[in-house]
Amino acid sequence: MTWNWTFAWHVLPTLLQGLVVTVEATLAGMFLALLIGLGWAGMLLSGRRMLVWPARAIVEFIRNTPLLIQLFFIYYVLPQFHVEMSALLTGMIALGVNYSAYTAEVYRAGFQSVPRGQRDAAVALNLPPHRAYFDVILPQAVIPMIPALGNNLVAMFKDTPLLSTITVGEMMQKALVIGDNTFRYLEPMTMVGVLFLVVSLISSFGISRCERLTRRRS
Amino acid sequence: MTRFLHMLIPLLHGALVTIEVTAGAVALCIIAASIAALARLSIGPVTWMARIYIELFRGTSAMIQLFWVFYVLPFFHVNLSPMLSAILVLGLNGGAYGAEIIRGAVNAVPRGQLDAAVALNMPRFSRIRSIIVPQALPRIIPPLANLFIDILKNSALAGLVTVSDLTFQAQVQRESTLASGEVYGVVILMYFALAMVISLIMRFIERRVRFPVGSRA
Repeated sequence: MTWNWTFAWHVLPTLLQGLVVTVEATLAGMFLALLIGLGWAGMLLSGRRMLVWPARAIVEFIRNTPLLIQLFFIYYVLPQFHVEMSALLTGMIALGVNYSAYTAEVYRAGFQSVPRGQRDAAVALNLPPHRAYFDVILPQAVIPMIPALGNNLVAMFKDTPLLSTITVGEMMQKALVIGDNTFRYLEPMTMVGVLFLVVSLISSFGISRCERLTRRRS
Repeated sequence: MTRFLHMLIPLLHGALVTIEVTAGAVALCIIAASIAALARLSIGPVTWMARIYIELFRGTSAMIQLFWVFYVLPFFHVNLSPMLSAILVLGLNGGAYGAEIIRGAVNAVPRGQLDAAVALNMPRFSRIRSIIVPQALPRIIPPLANLFIDILKNSALAGLVTVSDLTFQAQVQRESTLASGEVYGVVILMYFALAMVISLIMRFIERRVRFPVGSRA
């Protein structure tokens, strides 16, 4: 069996359709992760035991269990409580909830990287609290978060093939269907791998550039 | 209650297989990571080979690599058992991340330490064994603990290529009992417990390797 270029070109459009779904799932998942992660980070940084402990427990639990099982749990268990969702929406929610735990850590690290003296100086200068927050703390906290969030985005992108296990028609699912119908897995599977490789290599390069830029600024 | 026990026994069998896959992959990961890190730290063509290996395995996910080995390799008449495929892919995937952890820790040992060892006329092997390793090891263990937990979490993929691990048994039990909530609830707790065991073992090892620099002659 050798590589067949005609067949490869023939299946490429189908795979690219899958790539669109992959990107959609990644972007929606990231949006949810940024939002839910903000909730966890707020609880973790609140300093109130009633909020810190539940957030700690949830974040640790999410980080120490497989995404695949979380995905199955949401996909199979929620319908028993009459929560009916499309497979794609389920996948987006699973990705978002899973990565919210990692995003929370990024937020927390970002805020804790702002030196204590900055806050003290803002108080000493008699800045109103909202100005101290938006003009002093937030800009310094956000910059180191950007490369870390970029890494999370790439990691989530690479995790989207898991959604094929719950019938979402993303790239891996398309490749498997082509393989099942034609008994040729070589071309579709290899092309999926190469597409992922290309996208993640380009984005890693971009992130390391961005990292160097932010480091120079601080 | 008996229904619950009937469900629990196959799941425990699955957990045993999950432990086997994870243990095999962790062993392979340590070997692959050490070799790749050494290659990455040396000069010559081996550096480039190591770089290609690391970028290739970090640029795609473990699932794509596993499916490629499972579906594509048989076309080239390479027939690996599903279990072996899973251990191979998870081990090599983890090794790529592990290599970067080791490389970072070795590079973090201050340059002067090595210069001093050379000045003291230490043989090459003792320089590595007595100067580099003891200082790099405490930096390696905590990220390695996270990596091993990642391998455990990725081992759930083995169930997708017919290895009868915890994930696979969960699917079987869900189909036969239709008690999805109980099955996946128990399974997710089992994975969490296994992750906690890994983290306890690694914390124990961390205590053993950590000592203030200079306390040993």
